[in-house]
Parts: sequence; C-alpha cells; structure tokens
Amino acid sequence: MGVDFPHRHLLEIGPLSPEDLWTVLKTARNLKEVLRRPIPKVPTLRGKVVAHLFFEPSTRTRLSFERAAKVLSAEVLNFSARGSSLEKGENLLDTIKNVAAMGPDLLVIRHPASGAPHFVARKIGIPVINAGDGFHEHPTQALLDLLTVWERKGDFQGLKVAIIGDIRHSRVAHSDILAFRKLGAEVWVSGPGTMLPPEREALGARVVRRVEEAVEGADVVMALRVQKERHGRSLFPSWHEYSRFFGLNRRVLSRAAEGALLMHPGPINWGVELAPELEDFPGQVILEQVENGVAVRMALLLLLLKAAEA
Amino acid sequence: MRLLIRKARILDPSQGLDLEGDLLIEEGRIVALDREIPPPSDCEIFEAQRLWALPGLIDLHVHLREPGEEWKEDLETGTTAAAAGGFTAVACMPNTRPPNDSPEVTRYLLSRAREVGRTRVWPVACISKGQEGRELAPFGELKEAGAVALSDDGRPVADSGLMRLALEYAASFDLPVISHAEDPGLSAGGQVNEGPVAARLGLKGIPAEAEAVAIFREVRLAALTGVPVHIAHVSTALSVEILRRAKEEGLPVTAETAPHYFTLTEEAVLEYNTQAKVNPPLRTEVDREAVRQALAEGVIDAVATDHAPHSPLEKEVEFPAAAFGLLGLETAVPLTLNLVREGLLSPLRFAELLSTAPARILKVPGGTLKPGSPADVTLIDPDLPWVVTEEELHSKSKNSPFLGWEMRGRAVLTLVEGEVRWRLR
Ligand SMILES: [Zn+2]
Repeated sequence: MGVDFPHRHLLEIGPLSPEDLWTVLKTARNLKEVLRRPIPKVPTLRGKVVAHLFFEPSTRTRLSFERAAKVLSAEVLNFSARGSSLEKGENLLDTIKNVAAMGPDLLVIRHPASGAPHFVARKIGIPVINAGDGFHEHPTQALLDLLTVWERKGDFQGLKVAIIGDIRHSRVAHSDILAFRKLGAEVWVSGPGTMLPPEREALGARVVRRVEEAVEGADVVMALRVQKERHGRSLFPSWHEYSRFFGLNRRVLSRAAEGALLMHPGPINWGVELAPELEDFPGQVILEQVENGVAVRMALLLLLLKAAEA
Repeated sequence: MRLLIRKARILDPSQGLDLEGDLLIEEGRIVALDREIPPPSDCEIFEAQRLWALPGLIDLHVHLREPGEEWKEDLETGTTAAAAGGFTAVACMPNTRPPNDSPEVTRYLLSRAREVGRTRVWPVACISKGQEGRELAPFGELKEAGAVALSDDGRPVADSGLMRLALEYAASFDLPVISHAEDPGLSAGGQVNEGPVAARLGLKGIPAEAEAVAIFREVRLAALTGVPVHIAHVSTALSVEILRRAKEEGLPVTAETAPHYFTLTEEAVLEYNTQAKVNPPLRTEVDREAVRQALAEGVIDAVATDHAPHSPLEKEVEFPAAAFGLLGLETAVPLTLNLVREGLLSPLRFAELLSTAPARILKVPGGTLKPGSPADVTLIDPDLPWVVTEEELHSKSKNSPFLGWEMRGRAVLTLVEGEVRWRLR
C-alpha cells in the first residue's frame, strides 16, 4: 500500500503534487476503517520509533500524532521544550542530535520558528514531519482539511473555499490555501485588514476586505483561531468588535452555498470566531476534522516510513 | 416648500458647471438646475444676481470643543459659526474630553448636532484608544455609530507600526484616515517656525522637517498598504514637494491646507502675538508661496480651516504658555477668494477645494448640485466688503489673527437640505 510517495519529509505543501496529495488522502481514507474497529490497532509499524518534539505547546496536535502512531503500533518518544534542557540554553541542533541518538525512525516537530523543521531535516538523516512552524505552514492540518472536504463534497474542482481570520499569521491558512488550490478549488480569504496579507493575491488566494464577500456562495467556510496580540501588539481593538465584524454566525453563513461546510482548526474561541449558535450548524464538521487528523497522520507515518524502508 | 434661486453664477465642479442660471429646491432636494427655470406657483424666490451658488461648503477639519471644553466653543456656537462662514457640514476632530474613541461619544455628537440643527456634523473618531498611540480604537463600532473618518489629530500617531495597522484596519471599514503629520520628537517644545523669527523671539522652533518626515512616512505607508491617507493642514514647501512626488507616483494620498498657511507667514507672530500661534506654525514666504501653487496645481486637494477656538484663558498668557490654534470658519471664504482674485484659482477650483473635494475625501454626501441631491447650497457674494470684528464672529471664542482685517467676500445664504441656516441680514 502507498509506497509511491516520492518524498522523504513532509515539511510544507509546496513540493507535493496533486497526485501526492491524493495518495495521502486515499491512504488516510483506507486507514479510517482501522480507526473504527472495536480494537483499533494494527501491527504495521511495530518496532518503529517516532519522536515527537514539541517546542511549542499544542495538546491537540500532539495527541493526534500520538494516537496515529499508537494505532499503527509504533513506539513514541515524547519531548517537550517546557522544563527541558532548552531552557538551560541548549540549542535546537544539540537537542535534535540527542534525540536522534536515541534511534527514532521519524521526527515530528513543532517549533515557533518558521523553517525550524527544514533546518532539522537538513541536519538529520531521518524523515521529518512538520507539525507547525512559526507563521509558515501546518501541512498535516491542510491534509486533514482536504480529507474532510473530499469526504463531504466528493471533489475539489470548482469549489469555493473561504478562510476567515488571521490569514497573515496563520500557518494553517498558508498550508490550506496551497493545498486546496492544488486540487482545483478557489480560495478566498478575509479578516481584519491588520490580519490580511499585504499582497492583493496572497499565495493565489483572493483577498477581500469584507467577510460577507468571501463567504458569498462558498462551499467551505473555515474560521481560523485568532489571537489579539501578535508581535506584542493588538491587531484588533476588542474581542467584542472582532466577533461583531469578523466572526461567523448564522446571518453571515446564510450567504454561503447550500450545504456549505463550516470548519475550524481548533481550539475555538466560541463567541469570537464562531457564534455559539453555530454549534449545531448543519454543515459543521469540526469533530470530523479531528478524526481525520488521526487518519491523515497515520497515512503520513505509513508513507514516509515505508518509503524510508524501500 | 419651494425655493427658486435666480440668476446666480452656478459653480458645480462635480458637473464641471460654471454658468449663470437658476436652481430650484423642493422638499430639501435640488430638483432642477438650468439657465432659466420658470417660477412654479407658491414658490419663494431668492434673487441671486452677482452671487455665486456652490454646493454647500464642507470643512474637513474643525474643533468644536464639545464635549469637555464648552467654555471655548460648543456644538451650537461652532456650527452657527460654520453656517455663517458658508459651511453646510463640518468634520469635527476627536480631541475632545473625553476624546471620541467610543461609539457613545460619536452618538452624543450626532444627537447634539440634530438638536442644534445648524450644519451637518461628521464626527471624526480617534485612531487610538484615548489618543494614546498604543491600541487601535474600535473602528467598526465607531463607524456604526456614525463616525466618518479617523484621526488622532492633535496627538499624532508617533509609532509607525501602529499607523500601518491603523491604515490596514481602517480599510476593513472603508474609513478614511487623516494624519496630522508631525514627528513629535522633532517638534517637541517648539512654539513657532524654526528659523530667524524663532531665533529673534528666543522661542524654540518647529522645523519644516517635523511635518515633512511625517508626511513622507504616511506616503510610504499608503504605498505599502495600498490604503489611502489624507494629510491635514499642510504648511511647508518641503511637504508640498513630497506630496507632488507621491501623486506623480500615483499613490492614494490627499491633502488639505488652511487659509492661514496661504495668507500669513511667521512674521504674524512677531511681538509675541499668541493669536497667530498655531500648529503647524505659520511658515516662511517660500512656504506660503509653495502652498498657494500647490492649491492651484492640485497637489493640495482641499481647503480646511482647522478651526481651533481658545478662550482668553488659553491665549492671553505668555507666548510659550499659550495654546495653539486660531478660528477659521468665518474667514475661510474671503481668504480663499483672495486666491481667485489674484488669478491663482478659478471660481470652479475654489468650489472644488471647499466642497467637492472634501466630500470626496470624507466619502460623505455633498459636493454637488446635481438634481436629486440634498439641497446643501452656499450662496456667496464674492465682492462684499466687511471687517472682521469680535461682534461679527459667531464662535464663542475670538482668537483670530484676522480681527480688524478688511475682507472681501462672504456667504450670504447657507442652506442645509433646503432650509435656511444662515442668511446675512
Ligand atoms: Zn491637527
């Protein structure tokens, strides 16, 4: 199964061809069946060791990777920056070399510096999965978003995807824009002016000032988690104002296409990005995204470790 | 109620019209404009031979001092002065007490304006909370409450990063951003223009560069963000040069100047005349000439007054302790008409500078006499001689460097939605 994945690492969406994306999606969809068994465990990666290096806290992504590894019977080494030798002044490369010396077969790395996984991949001879780096990318999130939309919509051609929120600083947005476009969807983005990319056409997405314009006729509407402060300064005046002018609610979503999906990478600031009334919005697929996250990460472990073996 | 204005020189830049004709107003709207309109029945007629009829003048930049400093001016006296000066609308700056950084203040201003019933009032809200230059004010809520533009005016945004965010965030709500262009580090402690006059008077100067570097910053931020910025009260030749180049580059930058900058020079502060103490300060003859040319050539888009009333408490004091600011609403028309008489501006350009351009910059209704538009109309007698005296001025404060000046030209009738808000007796 799926050894035709011509990549050693998963660092960003850019190098993946549409075929590569489909390979991951199809593999993940097959693996979902495993997840739904009464005893969801297969021996496929028995004896393999996956090291999780989280230099930035993220309970969800970390649990998702951990679950994926365990279903496939891989061993997991956990490393988190908090309280670690990093605080004693050890640099990233030293940390990685030490972890590598323990013999993992693959590294999953999340780091607050854009490009940190690239740096690690260059220095270490084993596959690396980027679990989110700085303001750069979060490719596994994009893949799970693709899987969720594919399952619900059947295809990507001609879909309009609207992404709302902090586009400029969101690695999720960056990966999603690239991934959806590669498979034939058009992507529109909107949010407060302070969170939009300075370029009119960022990564090929249409940038529009009004959220309503982005959502108009969209088949998929994705809200991003926002933070009030970036680089130590507020990008919008108040949570209240954000929710009022940039948050999604039933009124805004009524402009979307019939049967539109509502997505969010989590964790959600309810009442800010999403009005609480959207908890039972018919197209809301946020928990499906979580389940698909495990499947996509299983697929990637399988594809990268099998490729490394081959 | 119908009103026919007959045989006026109609000046409407929005239609490129400069013709002698009639204007018919009905139920608050302009219904017809033509060389000759037969008077309908039950119609009041205003004979306007030798008078100019313009779309109502709009002042982009006034200080009404309410709330908080009502001893200087309030909405009623300020808008009465505005109507007497020929203005049908004024944009009021947010440096009140409290500053207009919340929808409550904006709504208060609008409800007071309705109560008073003089000119239209377009509230300009703060860029930053408390005008402190740290965090953005809630632009979305301010716009909903009725704010039409943003500015920290008297306390310019020093932090370039915040100014960038302000432009970007303002674009989300399509609100114009007005920059009081001043580098506070360069102007700190300054009293008058930096140069020989400052030296002679022993006062700390404000260099032209304090304005120019700030304008250059705004120009580059407009280029960086693609968001328009409007520069308030341009006073120097250096600033004009920067604006000229920005416009040649096609950047979304507009600018205003005030009549005192094209009328007076720094000489006006000699003998420590606090009535001429204003910020930015009155400059040199070279600057004055550059500003005049810029108005003629279109490098500067509009004339605003920066009407800044102060009571004797703030002005009849030693020079360094005196407040900056002078009255502008009632002297703007004759002072700008001087440029027409000197052949620098056409009458149509005059109307453009005081009405059509301000409406366009603020994105508010007005600036046109097209049939169907609200009947905001100003009739001016361009030659009427009068003398500026305290009694003539309707402002609560009398801080004008033009007291005692003989002027030519004056608004004789100001209509807002067809209603007479000022009529020279
Ligand atoms: Zn100012």
